[in-house]
Amino acid sequence: MRAAIQIALKDLRQRMRDRSAIMLGIIAPLGLAFIFSLIIPDIDDINVGLGVVDADGGPIAAVFVADVLEPLAADGLFTLVRLESEAEAASGVESGKVDAAVVLPAGFSAAVAAAEPGVCDADGCVAAEIGVLGHVDRQLSAQIAEAVSSGFAGQLTGVRVALATAFELNKADVGAVSAAAAAASPQIAVSDEVAGSKQLGLSTFFSAGMAIFFLFFTVQFGVSSLLAERTFGTMPRLLAAPIRWWQIVAGKALAAFVLGVVAMVVLIAGSTAFIGAEWGNPVGVGLLVIASVLAAIGIMAVIATLAKTAEQAANWQAIVAVVLGMLGGTFFPVSQAPGILSRLSLLTPHAWFMRGLGDLSNGGGAGDALPATLAIVMFALVALSFSALRVKRMVAP
Amino acid sequence: MEVLQCAGLRKTFDDLVAVDDVGFSIARGETYGLLGPNGAGKTTTISMIAGILEADAGNIDVCGEPVDTRHAAGKSEIGFVPQDLAIYPDLSARENLRFFGHLYDMRGAELKARVDEILNVIGLADRADDRAEEYSGGMKRRLNIGIGLLHEPKLLILDEPTVGVDPQSRNAILESVAALSDEGIGVLYTTHYMEEAERLCDRVAIIDSGRIQAEGTRRELVELVGGQDRIKLGVDGDAAMLAESLAQVSGVASVTHTDASLELLTADARTLLPELIAGAAAAGVAVTAVDVVEPNLEAVFLHLTGKALRD
Repeated sequence: MRAAIQIALKDLRQRMRDRSAIMLGIIAPLGLAFIFSLIIPDIDDINVGLGVVDADGGPIAAVFVADVLEPLAADGLFTLVRLESEAEAASGVESGKVDAAVVLPAGFSAAVAAAEPGVCDADGCVAAEIGVLGHVDRQLSAQIAEAVSSGFAGQLTGVRVALATAFELNKADVGAVSAAAAAASPQIAVSDEVAGSKQLGLSTFFSAGMAIFFLFFTVQFGVSSLLAERTFGTMPRLLAAPIRWWQIVAGKALAAFVLGVVAMVVLIAGSTAFIGAEWGNPVGVGLLVIASVLAAIGIMAVIATLAKTAEQAANWQAIVAVVLGMLGGTFFPVSQAPGILSRLSLLTPHAWFMRGLGDLSNGGGAGDALPATLAIVMFALVALSFSALRVKRMVAP
Repeated sequence: MEVLQCAGLRKTFDDLVAVDDVGFSIARGETYGLLGPNGAGKTTTISMIAGILEADAGNIDVCGEPVDTRHAAGKSEIGFVPQDLAIYPDLSARENLRFFGHLYDMRGAELKARVDEILNVIGLADRADDRAEEYSGGMKRRLNIGIGLLHEPKLLILDEPTVGVDPQSRNAILESVAALSDEGIGVLYTTHYMEEAERLCDRVAIIDSGRIQAEGTRRELVELVGGQDRIKLGVDGDAAMLAESLAQVSGVASVTHTDASLELLTADARTLLPELIAGAAAAGVAVTAVDVVEPNLEAVFLHLTGKALRD
């Protein structure tokens, strides 16, 4: 084992001197996570002021305000501001007093209850419309208001949500948009779903995504150094030394493992300190990291054993790392996508890593990460076993 | 004492028989040459001896220890210098030496002292901490050999160490190798340069098509083809009288002469030359020039294989 450690130390010295491992393993993922988290603010960081005008005063409008808007406001999605009139809503949006506003026009409840065509336009006729006022500079707020209103309208019959942005207010007839509605509606309650509690914050999501994505590039250096020994001509000299061939392989694997773990630990610490990522239970995160590093080494080793040269291996490994990373949802949450994509994502250790961190979020214990950890370990076992069958050819003279 | 004994070595790659029934031994302090053209089986042979390549058949013992890819212990007595540079360009000479020293179980003060010693021997002490990629080609070659010598091996295997080397560095390498035998190291030296084999090697095996065609000292090999040494003497004096006198010297096969020179044929010019010079002095004839032409290994190779040594 001493020879393997010496080979690993030598490789680590070369990697540190090369600096590409530091670039790809730490600086690039941390930098990208930082940039992404700046571009796309965390939902917790969004402070939306949502105005609501209940010009109707009817039961359905009351349900919407009391059972939909107020619970969401209580959850912190937005701050609810009650406004007296459409005009106040329009001026409030334009002045920035509120970021967006929902207008429930007079007669809204009655119109819904009557279920007769009352508002017609090119899209057809509906019983009533909920008006949403937004500002062109605060589109995310308008979209939140529209999404909430649409969710409510979807439960009703013949109600449409009409979105008007501030720069169009002069043209839009907000009053016409806000048609009357009536009739009782089923009680609608918005509750926090179980899946929602397992969502990672954006800073954590991007930190974790970039960490696992670049992990595959980081361990690639260790794995491919077997091929580099051939390029340097040092493989015959290693084989002539009083050591066994598998000690050379073990040294390479050890270097890749140390590189991967160190890079992940630095990323976790860095993203926690500088981006505000919340990784969760340290033991659970540790299990996920170790399993992921092993899986990354295994998968990259499989590619390396199939390649003929170090350059070919590097190209193939990069392609595989990018495809697995994209499919695994490291840039966007593919796991929540509908259809076959979400199922395909589970064929990547990346998706399980993200899922495992999701299981650890909101106070999950180390045990909560075990299912994802075991799934990643399976990837590692399969890949490492396959590469072990083929690796001896890489150390042949 | 034999530092290497190998016998019956055989290696095939698919249908190609690369090495067939190769065997020889090397004594302590002896330099043994494997002379043959490219593709003759030299590198395959030494790869098996160094424990890099598994032999299909045969035995290898280095200092009494069996050597093959499964026996690591016997390799510790072998120093191996591959044909191509085998150094890490992004590490310094000191770091290269330390790394390979660790693989040979050297450590601590012993390793440090030996690394410093080798750095002095190969003339890189003042550049020891520069990265190898910054070295000249000759410096890299010296480091390549230094790594092979680091652990004080009993047997040093040099695989065509002068290929692609400039004349100055080549000469330095040959001088270094010549000095090794004085230190008691057995050297196995492969080359396809006839001059190197003649200059360095105590014994030479001529290898072609994976088989050793002949083995022995240069003299023994030359005798295989019946060759004689030719000595040309430039003289100032009575050349005819001197020719008649030297023809009586034991070992001189024949003498011809012109007004200012003599040409003698003999079995061993190097041994006989001092006696011939002394004879000329005794006859009152000044020797103004000496030129010895010995039958070379090129001729032997041609005789044995029917083809010339080639690059």
